[in-house]
Amino acid sequence: MKALRRENMKSPPPTEENPLNAEAPPHSAAAAAAGAISAPRVPTLVIEGGKGLGGLDFRDLWAHRDLLYFLAWRDVKVRYKQTAMGVAWVILQPLLTMAIFTVLFGRLAKVPSDGEPYPIFVFAGLLPWTYFNQAVTTASNSLVGNAALITKVYFPRLVIPAAAVCAGLIDFAIAASIMFVMAFHYGMPFGASLLLIPPLMALTALFALCVGMWMSALNVKYRDVRYALPFLLQIWMYLTPIIYPLNFIPERWRWLLALNPLSGMIQAFRAAVFGRAIDWSGLGLACAMTAVFLVAAGWSFRRMERQFADIV
Amino acid sequence: MQPIIRVEKLGKRYAIGRRENLVTIREAITGAMLAPIRALRRLNGRTADRSAEHFWALKDVSFEVAPGEVLGVIGRNGAGKSTLLKILSRITEPTAGRVELHGRVGSLLEVGTGFHQELTGRENIFLSGAIMGMRRAEIIRKFDEIVAFAEIDDFIDTPVKRYSSGMYVRLAFAVAAHLEPEILLVDEVLAVGDVGFQKKCLGKMGEVAHGGRTVLFVSHNMAAVEALCKRCLMLSGGTLAANGDPMTVMARYVAESAPPDSGAADLTVHPGRRHGDTPTMTRVELGDGAGPARGAIRIGDPMEIRVSYRAARPLRPVLGSVIKTSYGAPVFCVSDRFCAQLAQCEPRAEATIVCRIERLMLIPGNYSIDLWLGDARGDFDVVYDAIGFEVLPADLTGTGRLPPPNIGAVFCEAAWSLTDS
Repeated sequence: MKALRRENMKSPPPTEENPLNAEAPPHSAAAAAAGAISAPRVPTLVIEGGKGLGGLDFRDLWAHRDLLYFLAWRDVKVRYKQTAMGVAWVILQPLLTMAIFTVLFGRLAKVPSDGEPYPIFVFAGLLPWTYFNQAVTTASNSLVGNAALITKVYFPRLVIPAAAVCAGLIDFAIAASIMFVMAFHYGMPFGASLLLIPPLMALTALFALCVGMWMSALNVKYRDVRYALPFLLQIWMYLTPIIYPLNFIPERWRWLLALNPLSGMIQAFRAAVFGRAIDWSGLGLACAMTAVFLVAAGWSFRRMERQFADIV
Repeated sequence: MQPIIRVEKLGKRYAIGRRENLVTIREAITGAMLAPIRALRRLNGRTADRSAEHFWALKDVSFEVAPGEVLGVIGRNGAGKSTLLKILSRITEPTAGRVELHGRVGSLLEVGTGFHQELTGRENIFLSGAIMGMRRAEIIRKFDEIVAFAEIDDFIDTPVKRYSSGMYVRLAFAVAAHLEPEILLVDEVLAVGDVGFQKKCLGKMGEVAHGGRTVLFVSHNMAAVEALCKRCLMLSGGTLAANGDPMTVMARYVAESAPPDSGAADLTVHPGRRHGDTPTMTRVELGDGAGPARGAIRIGDPMEIRVSYRAARPLRPVLGSVIKTSYGAPVFCVSDRFCAQLAQCEPRAEATIVCRIERLMLIPGNYSIDLWLGDARGDFDVVYDAIGFEVLPADLTGTGRLPPPNIGAVFCEAAWSLTDS
């Protein structure tokens, strides 16, 4: 099995010698036609070769929601096994990064911080970013890491990167508690705008899922992803207003930043923490772009999903 | 009655990778850039070189299974059995053809799927159950039953990495056995665990079958297939070679593995070679160490397995041979991987490896040999059922009698005496 590679999607058109689909493009489809043929309530499944099908099967995904829960739960449970400090890492990682950034950018480079103390300013940006960064990284390696499952059992493959994205939310929640301690220390007002944090994180998670599922599928075929992704994410971080405020960027370049959905999300996250006015247009754009990405990534994931078991 | 599984002209094609399965972006880019040239070549009608790059693991397979039927699937390695199960369980998608499944499908392609070493038995029951398609409520309902079946009550909260292999397998099978799908696909799982547990597993499968569920059972264990199945399919080279009652199909299976009389086989082109390996072995010869190659050896005589190879560069060859009964059950293995007698030899690109078994103590009958060739790092050329041979009777005991083949393939000499009790 290992030596085999599933036929590339771009295979030649059918030839005359072999009318029986022999040379037909092998995009096959598992068309789940729920319904009753033999008896009521018995699910019927038709698997057909040689036909294309786009889009994700949401009914199938919903049927596997328990699996999503258990896989996410496993990821959380197992992540800090065999570490001496355990969950402390969840808090230490953003804290140390904050300390470094505060010294480098806040003190030495004198980057402005919208009038807030630089440490909490950068922490409020780092918090959703750390989540996004980690969710995308773990999701990207998730399919390859779960190859044993993919080649042995059927379930919608999307559950695997989705579980990785969900598991990261626990870490986020723990790290967020530190932010509240800091906010208390700096005497920040605790306003109703904090209630916006959960929906904002849901949006960030959805976007992380888009990027994560796309990268994870690519990673199955091209292991280059594993090496390229850290650089991509590093560049992405500097293109997102985390260590600097949005108005640090000259006006005429700001539209470029708005093309980055994370920019809108992190701006809104920060506004919610500091109780400022939310830039609804930026957030709306981020929502719209996430929706577009979700459809595109879902379609492309579904296309690549067919080959996973053959090439992973 | 309407069939619960209907398979029509099913086919699965794989591309044969020159290297392992990994493709880098650089290769994809060069591939994309060369695509127009390839397309041009195709227009010129030069398609022959392309068809050599892939093979059909499964081709034009059609059959039906009635509800409640227990169907056995047999065939040699590479015949397409696993590919068939993988398509039916939706792990991989077919290239051509169509499958209709009227019911929930559960597959036991390997026990312990989804087990995590760091988690406890209790946690793994939930995890593995969910992976195999059970709902949480369903697992909770069957939890006690699963634990009882696995006989691990005291260790339920211990991480499975501390389990003995027997406990691990028992727990894994217990979860799988409680899936209760309408269609159960089973692949060789009965080969695990101790005899007592195997019996229990067979019992459970019989129970599943009697409960009106449909079972597709792929195995090398002919005795189990015969005991459990009313009908049996035989796959050969990716196509359906036989379909009928187990006795007839198995007779055919055994007949096809009848040994060549010559005692020699050309390995450069051999149906038992794994796809993707580097063909290195060129020829195999059997003999008794004196005289020409022969495919029949008397019990108690020496046997020589002579394998010639030709490699791209000099190497210190490591040869392993697995001797199997005509039913496909391994009897023993002679491998220099464990003896390392050739480990210090002069590396050679071309040579004949001679393996001499001083006394061949196999009960008369037909046998078959799998050959594994590699170097110190690992095996890179494998030929399943490379050659068959026959063991002829000889009067080893002085009585003219030997044990019958159905109670074991090996003859063991022993000394008998009586002492005062």
